[in-house]
Formats: sequence, structure tokens, C-alpha cells
Amino acid sequence: MIDIQISKSLDGPNGPMKLSINRQIESEQIVTIYGDSGAGKTSLLRVMAGLMTPDEGSIRVDNKVWLNTASSINLKPGSRSIGMVSQDFALFPNMTVRKNLEYALPKNQHGNAIDDLIRITELERLENRKPASLSGGQQQRVALARALVTRPRILLLDEPLSALDQSMRVKLQNHILDLQREFKLTIFLVSHEVGEIFKLSNQVMHLKNGLIKQYCTPLELFSHRHLSGKFQFTGEVAAIMAEDIVYILTVLIDNHLVKVIVDKTTAGRLQVGDKVLVASKAFNPIVKKI
Amino acid sequence: MDWSPIILTLKLATVTTLVLLVISIPISKWLAFGNSRIKPIIETLVSMPLVLPPTVLGFYLLLAFSPDSFVGQLLDDWFGIRLAFSFTGLVIASVVYSLPFMVHPIQSGLSGLPTSMMDASRVIGKSYLTTLLKVELPNIKPSILTGIVLSFAHTVGEFGVVLMIGGSIPDQTRVASIAIYDEVEALNYGTAHQYALVLILLAFLVLLVVYLVNGRYINRFWR
Repeated sequence: MIDIQISKSLDGPNGPMKLSINRQIESEQIVTIYGDSGAGKTSLLRVMAGLMTPDEGSIRVDNKVWLNTASSINLKPGSRSIGMVSQDFALFPNMTVRKNLEYALPKNQHGNAIDDLIRITELERLENRKPASLSGGQQQRVALARALVTRPRILLLDEPLSALDQSMRVKLQNHILDLQREFKLTIFLVSHEVGEIFKLSNQVMHLKNGLIKQYCTPLELFSHRHLSGKFQFTGEVAAIMAEDIVYILTVLIDNHLVKVIVDKTTAGRLQVGDKVLVASKAFNPIVKKI
Repeated sequence: MDWSPIILTLKLATVTTLVLLVISIPISKWLAFGNSRIKPIIETLVSMPLVLPPTVLGFYLLLAFSPDSFVGQLLDDWFGIRLAFSFTGLVIASVVYSLPFMVHPIQSGLSGLPTSMMDASRVIGKSYLTTLLKVELPNIKPSILTGIVLSFAHTVGEFGVVLMIGGSIPDQTRVASIAIYDEVEALNYGTAHQYALVLILLAFLVLLVVYLVNGRYINRFWR
């Protein structure tokens, strides 16, 4: 169980705001932190990592106190059992892949951990390369592996997949799920991608202006509870075309383009690039064995 | 030709550069990442030698170093050091005078590094010092090289400060630039030519090597 009760005044993009989080979170699951930019997502991760000290509050992880401003306890980032992967991966350009991992190895820990991680993240053939010569997806894997060298209980991922293309994202999403199971991690993931959130997270923490607006499952958050559809997919509006009295909406779901007919009011509220939920009551589906 | 002024010049530039390298790294780190209120003042002081006539700096250092002054007396009484008209005094003056040439490139190199890199090192559990030595400095080698070359070259080219506090004592303070001045005053144009040509050649070679190795970084600094 992770218990976070913190408050911190921040200078957000829309002027000063207060990050105020008060929540208990089950261990060994993936929690996505979702919200507009400037809602306090990255700040929350930094507070958890110990890179930013809140004005007041406490953080307890499995009954170990990481932070308690009242009794002046504030563990250093290195003592908190966390791994962190940032959007730009933050690999050390002067070190090879293996050296990046070795740098993270605590003094008393054995080097076997590194061989294991290199194997698990499929970096065997790249271990002597410098980060600059790797692709985005490969750098991402190095960053993940490096974050796991210290065997953390909590992994903080700040939009780790946003710089990658779609097929690489899917692959790495699976990777993250595997690693979560293998290392029994609690993962805090900052993400905007609805599909990714559905795929990865057990819970979503929806932040707005520094406060938790909702804490629920992805389904509850994005379907707003009132749909009883049996099929539902999330996608992105690729095109909107007027056709007589109806509108044809082209939606990109995963890698498929799906055409959906909508009425004028619905079409009026949408524009290309919007994230939408496409749902249908399954009264007449075609089922075919493949 | 008497080579001692040239050798003295190179010695002064080498010692000055080494001292500068050691003291500039913490100063640059503090200037790049600190957010103290007095930071603008320190930043200004570091940059002052860029705009002040060297004679101004030399004049006040001379007063400070003189055995009659408080500082000079203190050094003389406690350590038996007399800085005015000595090589050590020249080194101290050169360090002050060339400080911005070492601090600025290193500072801009450090502040150009993504903070996420330092965060990553901190989260892994490394101290600030380890992060500085193992991550930050190795990734700003071009800036460090720029700082070294600029400070070295600037110290070789020093004249005003040396003249004020060093005078022209052979093997002590008579560096090449002073020697040229002396020779011209004595109308020994031939010897002056020799010293001058050696300096031109030296400057050309040093800069050429740097441009060949790492030219674009120097360009970035001057642009």
C-alpha cells in the first residue's frame, strides 16, 4: 500500500497553483496519471522520486516512511527504491549501454543483475553501443533496464512512449506489462494516449489543477459510465465528411480505419484529431471462426 | 635569442590554466544551477575582466600585493610570501584576469545538459559529486577543451596586468609580451621580431589544433 498525502505550491503555466494529493494506492499495479499539461503530473512524480520536496505532507510505501515533513524525514532519491524513466530517456551519452546499466548498480550488488536485465530487455547485441547510435525504441529499452538495475519497487514513467511510433509503442507496452509482472512493480505512468491507458493501467488518477478529479478504472473514466455498449473501442478521428443528412466519421482504431455514421450534432462537436469512444450494442454481430 | 621569456610565458599559461580548471568547475556548476540571490553579483564579478582595462586590475592587485597593504602584510607575516613582482603573484593575477574565459564555456556547457540526466543519476542513488564527475563533466568535454584553450591563449597574450604587477624581472616575470615591449623600447627590432613571430606561430598552432579536433565548439562559444 502506498499512502501519499502531500501539498506543494507550484508555478503552473496558468499562474500559481497548489498540488494537493491525498490518496492510498494498492501496490503491484499500474496507475496512470492523466490530465492536461500543467495539471501537476510530472510534479507528482518528482515529489515521489524525492527530486522535489513538497511544502508539507507524507509518503509511506509499504509502511516505510519516505517523507514526513512534520518529523523532518525526507529520504534521498537513492534511498527510496524507485526507478524513473523520463520522456527523453536521459541516458548518459558518454557511456555504452552496458556502462549505463553498470553505473546504476549499487556498490554491494552483484553484476549478474545486469546480464539478466540485458537479456530480458533484448539488448544483448547492443550492449557495447553508445546511446546516440540507438533508435528511439532501443533507447527506451535501455532506459527501462537502467531504471530496474536497483531493483526498485516503484517505477515512475513520465510519458515514456510519447516519442515512439505506433508499432514500437505497442511492442514496448507489452514489454512494460511483462516487466511489471516479472518484478512485481508498482508503476506510475504519465500518459495521454487513451488506448495506452486502457491497455496498461489498472487505475487512472485524473488530475486537474493539482487535484485528483477522479480515481477509477480506465473504463469508468473514459466511458463516463452511462454507456451499456458491449463493444467499445477508443480511437482518433481521422476525417469528418458530410454526406446528405448524415456525417461519415473516419476513426483510427489501433491501425484500422473504421467508418461510422453520426448525426449532425455529434459531428458538430468533433474535429479531426479528437479522441473518441466508439461503442455498439452487440445485437447482431457476425462471429466467424479463424 | 634568449628563450627564457617564451618558456616563462608557457609556464605561466600552463600553471594558470591548471589552477583555473580546478577552481572554475565548482564556480561554473554553482552559476549554472544555483539560484542564490547573490548569483548575479558573482556572475558580474567573474565577467568584469572582460570589460575592465587590464591596467585597472593590475593597479589594484599591485596595491593589494604590496607589503605595505593589509593583505600583503598578512601574507608576508604569516606565510612569508611576497606577491608583487613574483611569479606566484603573476599566476594569481592571471587566474583572476582569465577567469571568465574558463568559467563561461564550462558554465554554458553544464547548463546545456538536460536536467533529466542529472535527475536520473540522483534517482539511481548517486551523490552530486559522483554525478558531476561521472556524468556531467564527461559530457561537456568540448566545453572544457574550449575553456582550457581560451584561458591558455588569453594568458599567453596578457600584457597590461603583467606589466603592472610583475615588471620585467628575467625568469621571474619577464614574459614574452613584456620582452617584446622592452626590446622595441631599446630599438632591438630584430629580437622583438623573433619573440613576436614565435608567439604568432604558437597562437596559430594551438588554435589550429583545436579547430581540427573540435572546431565547431569554439565557434559556438564565440557566436
